[in-house]
Amino acid sequence: MAYDKFNILTSSAVPLPIENVDTDQIIPARFLKATERKGFGDNLFRDWRYNSDGTPKEQFVLNNPIYSGKILVGGKNFGSGSSREHAAWAVYDYGFRCVVSSFFADIFRGNCLNIGVLPVQVSPEFLDKIFKAIEANPKTELEVNLPEEKITILATGESEGFDINNYKKQNMLNGFDDIDYLLNIQKDIEKYAESTPL
Amino acid sequence: MSKTLFDKVWDSHVVKHIENGPDVLFIDRHLVHEVTSPVAFLGLKNRGIKVLYPERTFATADHNTPTRNQHLPVKDPLSANQLKALEENANAHNIPYWGLGHRKNGIVHVIGPENGITVPGATIVCGDSHTSTHGAFGAIAFGIGTSEVEMVLSTQCIMQPKPKSMRINVNGELSEAVTPKDVALFIISKLSTSGATGYFAEYAGDVFKNMSMEGRMTVCNLSIEMGARGGMIAPDETTFEYIKGREYTPKGKDWDAAMEYWSTLYSDNDAEFDKEVTFDASEIEPMITFGTNPGMGIGISKDIPLAESIDGSPATYKKSLEYMDYNEGEAMVGKPIDFVFLGSCTNGRIEDFRAFASIIKGRKKADNVTAWLVPGSHKVEEAIKEEGILDILTEAGFELREPGCSACLAMNDDKIPAGKYAVSTSNRNFEGRQGPGARTLLASPLVAAAAAVTGKVTDPRELMHEEILA
Repeated sequence: MAYDKFNILTSSAVPLPIENVDTDQIIPARFLKATERKGFGDNLFRDWRYNSDGTPKEQFVLNNPIYSGKILVGGKNFGSGSSREHAAWAVYDYGFRCVVSSFFADIFRGNCLNIGVLPVQVSPEFLDKIFKAIEANPKTELEVNLPEEKITILATGESEGFDINNYKKQNMLNGFDDIDYLLNIQKDIEKYAESTPL
Repeated sequence: MSKTLFDKVWDSHVVKHIENGPDVLFIDRHLVHEVTSPVAFLGLKNRGIKVLYPERTFATADHNTPTRNQHLPVKDPLSANQLKALEENANAHNIPYWGLGHRKNGIVHVIGPENGITVPGATIVCGDSHTSTHGAFGAIAFGIGTSEVEMVLSTQCIMQPKPKSMRINVNGELSEAVTPKDVALFIISKLSTSGATGYFAEYAGDVFKNMSMEGRMTVCNLSIEMGARGGMIAPDETTFEYIKGREYTPKGKDWDAAMEYWSTLYSDNDAEFDKEVTFDASEIEPMITFGTNPGMGIGISKDIPLAESIDGSPATYKKSLEYMDYNEGEAMVGKPIDFVFLGSCTNGRIEDFRAFASIIKGRKKADNVTAWLVPGSHKVEEAIKEEGILDILTEAGFELREPGCSACLAMNDDKIPAGKYAVSTSNRNFEGRQGPGARTLLASPLVAAAAAVTGKVTDPRELMHEEILA
């Protein structure tokens, strides 16, 4: 199933300078009961965003109108914990297309790549620069350039490269997914399966 | 060329290698549950394709199921709908489905090994991060997202770059009351929750050699909590003895052929690991967590560390202690608790109930404690009854629930109320993990039992010594 193509994204960003943000915070388990992929953005960071009576917690960044944009910037070890892809769906459904951190948990990173959200891993120093730039001006824009594998703080011109394997890069640029690829090599897979016992 | 155990299993499952990209990895066994599969099945429907190898696929209901009155219709309409979707999907694709009430039903990572679906040298995936459990048998097993569930259903493969290798050695002998859970919590406290990210771990050394399969499953289960995709232990006599004769394990000539392969599954002497760490078993004492991630664990006799002694952001540490309503420098022993949860894919097996029973035998549940004891499967439940453990539990004022994931992730009604403290044998103490506002202290079944009868955090060794004196 094709997803959105990703090329160059220029946007302001939402800062979440907390370490070890786990997928139970991104979307609590009680919101995983759907059988279709829709509506998860409403419950993104549910328990940090809303009180138990459903009123918004004013101090949480998603409730602060001065911050907006398609880029979420998180602290180190973002997305640890459960394998729930619902966390990546919630990030996407809320409107983010890119998550920046100095370190990602493996499964969350993979889930993002599989649905067309770009995880951008930067150095701790550059992450700090981004947080400071947003603090100085909440409307400051970042440019995430996938073809060049580079992220730039437009206000200061500071930039840093990021890594992505070429296969996933092409998928993101073209909006392809892995199943398209795998279905094309099904003969190889069947041949392998014949040689391996149950 | 010398290879690690991980290399041997991974390399033999690569269907295709993509230059500067992932490997196409063949999956031998795919375990499916109700929460992370419906959107994947919907994807198959939209593409108009069927499950490629239903005989390699197994489905169970565990995550959102009630642990009481399972014979009655599930009350929560959303949970009921998810269970119905899994049953329909399993039927439509000829996948064995062990739903609620089925004698083989239980937590996916408990029933896999129990029924012999888990075997050495296999690749095993499931849309659940604790799939790492199955690594205890020398399998490569790891959790995947729903897009990958769809990949495996439709093509029996996933696309993953090969992780780096890491060996974790624990040598020497474990001290009294130190269980596999404590070994794992100790390792995570040393490595942090991201210390093994990007790696696949192998556990080696005396401690794991001498450990039961149940214990090895507990350790491998928690691999993901240090960031590793999975962890594995080379199969040995303990492994073969455990799996022999189980329903899905090979029989007769097939067993002999399998044994020939399985006996090659170890890291060669001169195999190189990208990272290696070694710990001394005598350093480990019964562990307990005090914060909001599984890396925030300490020996039960220790005090909560000072912020200045912590790696990482002081603000994040402070936020964590505020959530727990704890202060740095305080002792854990003596802290009041409200709930005890024994169960989950981490500690919901028969050995865990035996350990729990060994402490509570002849004692009474503390009045201030609500205890939820949830077996990992119907087979565990049967063993609890057969071994007379149920009588011990009942005598001490406890009751047994029906199998499922339960309060580990609190998708069903088993939610710890806001602000309450729970000593849990499960795997995650994240904010709200066991219910909105709930505060979780992760620990072994022995520590959980000691808390259950005293109503506060208690060193189980104290109770064990008391017994000796008596």
